[in-house]
Amino acid sequence: MSIDFVVHDADDSVGVAVVEGIQAGQELTGWVMQGDRTITFTVSDSIPIGHKLAIRDLAEDDAVMKYSVDIGRAIKPIEKGEHLHVHNVKTKRW
Amino acid sequence: MEIKGRKFLGYRRENGRVGVRNHVIVLPVDDISNAAAEAVANNIKGTMALPHAYGRLQFGADLDLHFRTLIGIGSNPNVAAVIVIGIEPGWTNKVVDGIKATGKPVEGFWIEQNGDHNTICAASKKAKEFVQHASELQREECDINELWVSTKCGESDTTSGLASCPTTGNAFDKLYDAGCTLVFGETSELTGGEHLVAERCATPKVREQFQAMFDRYSDMIDRYKTSDLSESQPTKGNIEGGLTTIEEKALGNIQKIGKRCQVDGVLDKAEAPTGAGLWFMDSSSAAAEMVTLCAAAGYVVHYFPTGQGNVIGNPILPVIKVCANPRTMRTMSEHIDVDVTHILRREMDMDQAGDALLEMTLRTANGRHTAAEALGHREFVMTRLYESA
Repeated sequence: MSIDFVVHDADDSVGVAVVEGIQAGQELTGWVMQGDRTITFTVSDSIPIGHKLAIRDLAEDDAVMKYSVDIGRAIKPIEKGEHLHVHNVKTKRW
Repeated sequence: MEIKGRKFLGYRRENGRVGVRNHVIVLPVDDISNAAAEAVANNIKGTMALPHAYGRLQFGADLDLHFRTLIGIGSNPNVAAVIVIGIEPGWTNKVVDGIKATGKPVEGFWIEQNGDHNTICAASKKAKEFVQHASELQREECDINELWVSTKCGESDTTSGLASCPTTGNAFDKLYDAGCTLVFGETSELTGGEHLVAERCATPKVREQFQAMFDRYSDMIDRYKTSDLSESQPTKGNIEGGLTTIEEKALGNIQKIGKRCQVDGVLDKAEAPTGAGLWFMDSSSAAAEMVTLCAAAGYVVHYFPTGQGNVIGNPILPVIKVCANPRTMRTMSEHIDVDVTHILRREMDMDQAGDALLEMTLRTANGRHTAAEALGHREFVMTRLYESA
C-alpha cells in the first residue's frame, strides 16, 4: 500500500506528508513507524510535501507532540486533518 | 553489514594518522595574503588555495581559534603538504610550526620586504616540489577503525528527521562499535532535545561539560536575539520544508547520533579528539562553519544529511550527502551521494539505509569523489567569536 504521510510515534499529534500534491478533501494513508501500522483519514487542507497535518484535535496552548516530545505550542485550536505549521504553532524556546 | 574489520585504502601520514585524500594546499594566514596564495595555486597544477576573510587584529580566544583552525586544516591527514603564506613572518611561522609537528612537508613565505612577485615565485617553486612529492605517495590498506567521521546536517526538513538523519545514526552506531572516531555538534540546534543528548553522555563529568557548553550558547542567543529567531533558526529553507520550531528541528538533528553510541567527550571548536568514540563539538550550526571546524579537528570523511538540498562541500574534507526527500531527488539529485527516499515508501529499512551509507563511505575513502567534490564545492569558512581589536 502506498503511503501519503508518516508518523514517528504512536502518541504523536502530527504526521508528515511524504508525497507531492496532497489536496484538501483527499483520503490519506499514514504509516505509524512505531508499531508499524497504518491509519487512514481525510485531510482538510492541501499539504505540501514535508509539511505536517494534525492527526488529532488540539486546543489553544496544547503541546504539539512529535517523536513523543513537545515541539511547540498551538496558538489557536487545530482540528485533525488541518495543516499544522508556523501559522498555528510557535516555539516554546527563544 | 558488519563494518568492524573492514579495510579501505588510505594515505598513512608521517604521524601515523590516515587520510583519504592527498591534497597539497596553499594556506593564507590572513585575508591580504589570499591573492598570493591563489596565484601560487594558479601556477602549480595539483595545488589548492584556501582563501578566507580573517587573520588580522584578532585577539584572545578568537585568535587562538584562528590559529587552531589553520594549523588543524594543515595537519589534517587528507593533506599531504602545505605552503603557508602570510603578510609577515611571525604569525606565518606560528602556523608553519604548528603543522610541522605532524612531520609532513610544510614551508612558510611572507610578503613584507618581498612583495607579491617574489613571494609567489619562491612559494611556487616549493609548491612544485610538494606536488611531485605527494604524487608519489601510495594508498595502503587501513582498518576501518582508523577512519575519523564527522556529521552535521543542513537545509533540513521533516524528511531529515524521518530518514536521512536516522540513516546517519544507524551508520554511526555501527562505526562506533567498530572503534571509529566520530563527532557531532551544532550546539544551538539541539535546543528542545538537549536533555536527550545529556542522557547519552558516558559519564557525569561529560554530561556536566556538555550542559555547560549548551547553556553558554543558549545564553548568547538570549543576549542577542531580537525575535523568536524564526527564519534564522529554523531557516527559511527549513520552514519551506515543513519544520515549524527549533524543537522539531533539533529532534530530527539528534537522530544522527543513532541509538547506541554514547557521547564519550566534548571538544572546543576545531579541537582534535584524544581517542576513539563519539565526541560532541561545541560549534556553530551553520553548515560551512561546522564542516570547516570538523576538518580542522582532523576528521577525514563527513556525513551530511539534507532535506531541501544544501549544496555544501569543503576543500579537504569529502562531504557525503544523504537525502530522503523525493522532491529534492527529483530537482537536484546531482548534489546527493546516497538516496534514501526508499525509506519513506517502506521499500528500505534503516539498517539497509545505514549499510548503503557505509558502502558509500568505503568507496569515498578509497577515492571516489563525492558530488560536492565533483561539483567544485570548497566552502572554507572560519568561525569568529567576536569583533577584532
